[in-house]
Amino acid sequence: MQIDWLHFSPWSALSGGALIGLAAGLCALLLGRVAGVSGILAGLIPPRPGDVAWRAAFIAGLLAAPAAFAMVHPLARPEFGSGPATLAVAGLLVGFGARLGSGCTSGHGVCGLSRLSLRSAVATATFMATAIVTVFLVRHVFQ
Amino acid sequence: MTASKRSLIPSFALGLLFGFGLCLSGMTQPPKVQGFLDIAGLWDPSLAFVMGGAVGIGMLAFFLSRRLERSLLGEPFSFSGDNGVDAQLLIGSAIFGVGWGLSGVCPGPAIVNLGLFDAKAAIFAAAMAAGMGLEKLFALRAHIKQPEEES
Repeated sequence: MQIDWLHFSPWSALSGGALIGLAAGLCALLLGRVAGVSGILAGLIPPRPGDVAWRAAFIAGLLAAPAAFAMVHPLARPEFGSGPATLAVAGLLVGFGARLGSGCTSGHGVCGLSRLSLRSAVATATFMATAIVTVFLVRHVFQ
Repeated sequence: MTASKRSLIPSFALGLLFGFGLCLSGMTQPPKVQGFLDIAGLWDPSLAFVMGGAVGIGMLAFFLSRRLERSLLGEPFSFSGDNGVDAQLLIGSAIFGVGWGLSGVCPGPAIVNLGLFDAKAAIFAAAMAAGMGLEKLFALRAHIKQPEEES
């Protein structure tokens, strides 16, 4: 294993992570909800009457975030390493898998681990493992 | 005022804060995420620090929430027990991980990047929404129980 010192950014990672944890924590304390992005979004597909407003507001906040961030700090546009077809397949897998497994990086990873849920710890270990194997296959085997 | 309306402004602010954190952390850059997952290549450990920062603060909040009967805005807590591990959890998480590794994008950053009006981000987000809809149909047909609110 070789460390990528050029891209390693411990301070922005740690402070960005702390803000994510603060948002997730306040979501629990104020709204009594788990800030799992896939769960919040999936509740809108299709919308359930009486349960739409807070979900839509949270998603709107996420959509507005890059514009707000760009006011205080330069924000690079995302660089996708894969083409449109791969992204479409990956998007399908992410959406389908996150719902079947009832959570993603935020729901199981951040909130689940924060509340010491065994179920979420197992889910996080599972998706970390298959993600690492996938990147290994894409970058080092099929390249 | 209904509970849902009362939580409108806090929800927006929390989404904004969450997305702000994602931008600062580097999670919105797919190569950065894949650099963390690529342990056999040049490995960028940054995302471990994102997780550490998030779970560190999160633990404190979830610990505090245990001392409350209801949330600070008067809502019931929608998270409680641990439902145990089953095949559905393992298979779903495994599929999610393949998509995450393939693209370097998970649902939060997918929506944040959509806010930048990026074409590739839009393709990913549309496919992700379709995947969620497909899962709902699949779950209905296979009579799979869907947890009301976990993630």
